[in-house]
Amino acid sequence: MTAARDKFGRPVVVVTGMGILTSLGAGKADNWAKLVAGESGIRTITRFPIDGLKTTMAGTVDFVSVDPFSSTALSERMAEIATQEALEQAGIGAKADFPGPLFLAVAPVEVEWPQRRELGRAVGQLDINYDDLLRISGGGKYSAYHHRFMFGSVAASLAETFGTKGSPISLSTACASGATSIQLGVEAIRRGETDAALCVATDGTVNPEALVRFSLLSALSTQNDPPQAASRPFSKNRDGFVMAEGAGALVLESYEAATARGAKILGVIAGCGELTDSFHRTRSSPDGKPIIGCMNKTLADAGMTPDQIDHINAHGTSTPENDKMEFNTTSAVFGELAQKIPVTSNKSMVGHTISAAGGVEAIFSLLTLEHQRIPPTINYDIPDPAILFNVVGNKARDARVTAVMSNSFGFGGQNASLILTREPF
Amino acid sequence: MTDTPASKPGQTEVWITGIGLATSLGEGLDANWAALQEKRINVDEKGFAPYIVHPLMPVAFDSQIPKKGDQRQMEAWQRIGTYAAGLALDSAGIKGNKDILSKIDMVVAAGGGERDLNVDSGVLTAEAKGANAPGFLNERLMSDLRPTLFLAQLSNLLAGNIAIVHGLGGTSRTFMGEEVAGADAARIALARIASGESDIALVGGSHNGERKDLLVLYEFGDFNLKDKFAPVWARKDHAGFALGSAGAFLVLESKTHAQARGAKPFAKLSSVVADLAKRKRPGDMAATLEKLWAKLPRREGKGAIITGATGAEPATSEEHGFLKGHADFPVRSTGTVFGHAMETQFPLGIALAALSISRGALFPPNDSTGTEIEMQGAPTQIVVVGAGHWRGEGMALVEAV
Repeated sequence: MTAARDKFGRPVVVVTGMGILTSLGAGKADNWAKLVAGESGIRTITRFPIDGLKTTMAGTVDFVSVDPFSSTALSERMAEIATQEALEQAGIGAKADFPGPLFLAVAPVEVEWPQRRELGRAVGQLDINYDDLLRISGGGKYSAYHHRFMFGSVAASLAETFGTKGSPISLSTACASGATSIQLGVEAIRRGETDAALCVATDGTVNPEALVRFSLLSALSTQNDPPQAASRPFSKNRDGFVMAEGAGALVLESYEAATARGAKILGVIAGCGELTDSFHRTRSSPDGKPIIGCMNKTLADAGMTPDQIDHINAHGTSTPENDKMEFNTTSAVFGELAQKIPVTSNKSMVGHTISAAGGVEAIFSLLTLEHQRIPPTINYDIPDPAILFNVVGNKARDARVTAVMSNSFGFGGQNASLILTREPF
Repeated sequence: MTDTPASKPGQTEVWITGIGLATSLGEGLDANWAALQEKRINVDEKGFAPYIVHPLMPVAFDSQIPKKGDQRQMEAWQRIGTYAAGLALDSAGIKGNKDILSKIDMVVAAGGGERDLNVDSGVLTAEAKGANAPGFLNERLMSDLRPTLFLAQLSNLLAGNIAIVHGLGGTSRTFMGEEVAGADAARIALARIASGESDIALVGGSHNGERKDLLVLYEFGDFNLKDKFAPVWARKDHAGFALGSAGAFLVLESKTHAQARGAKPFAKLSSVVADLAKRKRPGDMAATLEKLWAKLPRREGKGAIITGATGAEPATSEEHGFLKGHADFPVRSTGTVFGHAMETQFPLGIALAALSISRGALFPPNDSTGTEIEMQGAPTQIVVVGAGHWRGEGMALVEAV
């Protein structure tokens, strides 16, 4: 085995650039400093009225502005900022000339309420139905909304800005989307189709309807006061996740290509795995088999055993069901090690960035490897006695970390895991 | 350019062993084939007037989605897709085969976002009548939205429903991005099987064209066909697409895996390529189509083209120019016959290519402009073309085994 190939003879895939943006701030430095300090990015929503809502806080990214505002435009702008940072670090290609494909995890796109209301006002009558909206939609006045609300619009814009090659893929595997975008990049490099891939995950969908949708499914925390204490993964009094926004961008390269151009290697994507749960639209199979299978597939893909994992960056949403299921399934895979390996949930501080979470948390995992320091799970004051994880509660912990497993589970039976290492195994 | 090279050393051949179709012409391969032979087209010029749509031929959803509870959890686009996916699994002979379904890889091309028109209209009407309290929208959405509607809107919940209803337990990826998402789904599934990452995959999409919320979205860009139906090639001065309802799914399988279980192929999927032309200047898109064409492996034999040309301009005229440069390949337009099913149009094109090859004939032309000409004899290779109405270009080569 040479460093360029893994034990299965496939090209080793490394990370040479990372960019991140969350409710904590923009950039790796700012995010990491706040993350290890245990700061929360969750706040009371000011972007739109919160009257009548059960949940009134979120991890909004308010320091990025787009005009006219839409969740899709915000997703695109955050992705651009994160990608710019990743490309600067990687120093790959030339301006607007990235030498590989784009895999973009992005929330499903749709016409949003500000635009719908604008149409409603333009109808100019008291009773409004869709025939009325249709009558006034054509003629070119709203052509920008067609372009904005194509599902492929964010990817097409990023592909043009950064000059990625070929057909950019916009994907959704719900809360696992970020991990899936990385997996697609890893697979393309392993197949030898490309030496580099740009994997971006973004989500700017804290808007009234999205919040209401999750609220109606009883998925969100309603512990609004203080907002910073709402997300409390693994705690007995957790009551739901906190919606949040953010973006993460990773430049992946084959080890061979990265070393050939003298790039600094930030880490290795040693393994990826995914497994579908066909039990229910929003709930995991009670036996946890699909999640167990997902973790096992990921270990097998990396050619590693559970004892080689020394940190788990958990999905840890802070919903009653997820956190318990995650402990049970992790125990099934790791045995007693599940109670020894330090576990943390970044969502305690940045909230759940939904489509972006897999990307954001992969980057935090790589920063953990770089700094040999595990960020805390804040609000961990009343541990759930049924969850016996070795939670890195409330204070960051220095630790020897060589391999991290990062988990993502989503609606629709989506499960995806990644294993990230400092060096090629 | 990202592409799936065909027949690289060490790469396995990929067969199409299952096809599931539910369209405006009917369900199943025989009904669709018969309608194509009879040059039947099913358009509704009244229900959404002045807009024209190709409505789904009613199907008995119970036969593929037996639980009413499952059907209630879906909106129409998901029901159509879950139904067509079931037909594809039946066609491949793997329905209920737990060993295979527990490992099958799914790549779905999906839109989503099907809205509750009454809720939207209610909010806009109330606001027009003066409701302006800051929390008005929140309160109406909290009280009026069905909790499960969200799941019927989420793009990846088509795949989720297919997994639940048909018991699929492998992997599941959903690609979005209008027409080219369908090409990318086939491209990635093919690449994974050809390289040995996967043995068998379910690939496809579904679309409900009978949606006023979608008509609004495309009306923003003046893309809807209005007033009078005409074949895609005869719309130059009356441009636009007629949305079509359709579900199209394929079972792709490595030759080895298919042979081991005695499965017969309809055809083989030799190559899928895709790109994103800038479309800033006239000719950009045609140039990209030529680039993609040049990437497809070619061999001696009788060829044809099945295109998903939409009827929207300027894309359709540019594509028409490209096709004229390959006039030795008889052309068929799925847009004329099935309407425009967006993410589903490309998988539909692959399905019809495989069906034509397996039935030993290209279906007859359906066109008044002379763009589509008769073809004598059996096609051995069919190029599937998918150029989006706005962005994205894809191409596939389907060949006789």
